[in-house]
Amino acid sequence: MKLPLSYNLRNLAVRKTSTIMTALGVAMTVAVLLADLALVNGLRQAFQSTGDARNLLVLRKGGTSELNSGVTRQQYQDIKFKPGIARNDKGEPMASLEIVTIVSLKSSDTGNNSNIMVRGLTQTGVDMRTIKIAEGRWFAQGQREIVVGSGTAKRYPDARLGKQMRFGKGYWTVVGIMDAGSSAANSEIWGDLNQIASDFNRDNGLSVVLVRATDDATVSALMNSLNDDIKLNMSARSEREYYDQQTISGAPVQYLGILVAVIMAIGSSFAAMNTMYASVARRAKEIGTLRVLGFSKGSIMISFLIESLLLAGIGGIIGCLLVIPLNNVTTGIGSFISFSEISFNFKVGPRVMLNGLLFALFMGAIGGLFPARQAANKEILSSLRDV
Amino acid sequence: MFKYLPLVFKNSLRNRRRSLLTISSIAASMCLLGVLFALYSALFLSEPKAEDALRLITYHKVSLGQALPGSYEGKLRQVPGVKAVTVYQWFGGTYKDARDQRNFFARFGVEPARLFEIRPDYQLPPDQKQMFLTSRTAAIASRKLAAKFGWQPGEKIPLTGDIFPVKLELTLAGIFDAPNTDEVLYFNHEYLREGLTGDRKDQVGSFWLLADSEASARTIPSAIDKSFDNAPEPTKTETESAFTLQFLSFLGNLKLFLVAICAAVTFTILLVSGNTMAMSVRERIREVGILKTLGYTNGAILGIVLGEAAFISLIGGIVGLLLAGGLMSVVRQGAAGFAQLQQMGLTPGFSMLCLGFAVAIGVLSSVVPAANASRTNILDALRNAG
Repeated sequence: MKLPLSYNLRNLAVRKTSTIMTALGVAMTVAVLLADLALVNGLRQAFQSTGDARNLLVLRKGGTSELNSGVTRQQYQDIKFKPGIARNDKGEPMASLEIVTIVSLKSSDTGNNSNIMVRGLTQTGVDMRTIKIAEGRWFAQGQREIVVGSGTAKRYPDARLGKQMRFGKGYWTVVGIMDAGSSAANSEIWGDLNQIASDFNRDNGLSVVLVRATDDATVSALMNSLNDDIKLNMSARSEREYYDQQTISGAPVQYLGILVAVIMAIGSSFAAMNTMYASVARRAKEIGTLRVLGFSKGSIMISFLIESLLLAGIGGIIGCLLVIPLNNVTTGIGSFISFSEISFNFKVGPRVMLNGLLFALFMGAIGGLFPARQAANKEILSSLRDV
Repeated sequence: MFKYLPLVFKNSLRNRRRSLLTISSIAASMCLLGVLFALYSALFLSEPKAEDALRLITYHKVSLGQALPGSYEGKLRQVPGVKAVTVYQWFGGTYKDARDQRNFFARFGVEPARLFEIRPDYQLPPDQKQMFLTSRTAAIASRKLAAKFGWQPGEKIPLTGDIFPVKLELTLAGIFDAPNTDEVLYFNHEYLREGLTGDRKDQVGSFWLLADSEASARTIPSAIDKSFDNAPEPTKTETESAFTLQFLSFLGNLKLFLVAICAAVTFTILLVSGNTMAMSVRERIREVGILKTLGYTNGAILGIVLGEAAFISLIGGIVGLLLAGGLMSVVRQGAAGFAQLQQMGLTPGFSMLCLGFAVAIGVLSSVVPAANASRTNILDALRNAG
């Protein structure tokens, strides 16, 4: 025979102070874990939504990131006319020569300087990405104009529309804010290739070439022909994979957050155990009566376990509610590959919340197991005699 | 007050399982809080040691990725208060196989003689030092780095450049000892320069400076940065510790993370301790009635309950701090790169602060149950069946 669920719910309601306090303790633990997971989730989305499956990023052989790669204009000419590269409506090959460097900006929320990636590119490069202008307009060729990613614009007051920024050999005007969805370009600053290259004295020391294959089938053939060209001495990789790898930048924060959450969970499990033990002790007579009425040891044990799970579940739900305001809050983390900051939003999705809820139930199960066993094993006679 | 101590002590031992669980719960939270407090104070509040505070770094104002003209070195040396300057060139590159994270360590091109002016604390045998000073392809490694790879002087260390299109064939001249030094390799910058062509030959990533006094260490940064403000390549100068702290920003807004987690943990301790006390008071209402009949005043009852909470929190705090001490030594070994983290530890003052905090939380959390207990009406209390 099973005890009805309402029995447990009423019990939790009767001892509301104790229930609320224990559930809040679980909620705090869940909230810390969820905040951490939401951060990693947001970071992953930022990197994984960057890049087209047909795009290949061509770096110097041995170069591990766009920043420490190098390419000359001659090499670009050689790459541009490789077979298998798609052409745009004007009939030009879709191969974008780009320069990547970093500038240091003062953040509005930490007050510290952070490295922001600056990318110089031509119209071809802009067209190869699906990025819209949210405010203002695109930069003009040959002008000292820049367009800033929306994430960067949000976090750095110096990089807002109409502002002037000083880097390279002088001032640059922010003429537009680009909305790159949640992709990595949201944390970049874009300007004209030749202007930026000459400002950084790198007219012939550019960084990378981005090429688009004609279709999915030619991607690997194009990659091989680029990699195998000994004279060219460059290495091509999928743009998607390149960004995927950078998800690892969130690892230190991820592990730190999980460690904190686990230690907090130990504390919360003990607290839940305490509450459940007290609950068992106070209901000794009740348990005895239930046994006399014919409820088995097993059903009593399950009932108390369910009560503990309910208690923790309430905490889990409160924890989920606590982190909802965090959804879409913009923050930044440094990438050790690009050596610059990536702006991204916390993403509190259903999967993240499900994890939090499971984590709470796990705490409830640990906390409830021993008290439930104790309740089930109570001697009927002595518990009925209990005052 | 103290005459009630035995009563407080006995009370907390009465429901041993509950006290034990509460203490464990508080200990877990206090352990976390201890580590986080220590981390926060080590990163954001600690003053660098006197000799460390004298070292400064000058790099390009735009970013570390941009180089300064090598000719700046002479100008830097003339700034009042600057005692020594060396080129301090980060050399990325790869040692053996880049895919193995183990093969990554810091490598800097420096001017050997100047390096020892700036770091007089680097200890190595005179013959090894001499070798590094005179041989163009020589390098020296910190004890920690050499131990990791099992290097002995004479070891060949090939480095393939990525930022620089060169291949260095270095020979380990010596191994130096220095307090709190991570895995680092220094080699002669001149050797790197030889392999470069054109503009890059005379470009330097950053300079490492030593100030002659703490007072000058404070004035030098603005003096340098002001003098290069209108130059085509403006500079940024800061102390070494401020410089390393910058890399922490890679982990995001660490300050805010730490404060938020500390607040969540503190709140959890409050809940746990408060809940425990509320439970024990509820079970003892009858007993409170008896104590009152025996002549205990409301104040005494309040004190006994608060005392019990403080006692339990204190024990939890002590256990937690011991755990925190263990955890910190793990962190210190794991993050040897950050000099600031080396200062993290359980100083007596810091421990007292944490324990005081634990007791304060315990007392605060039990104010409501204690006040309820002390205000109970004798008759109601005696009639209470528990």
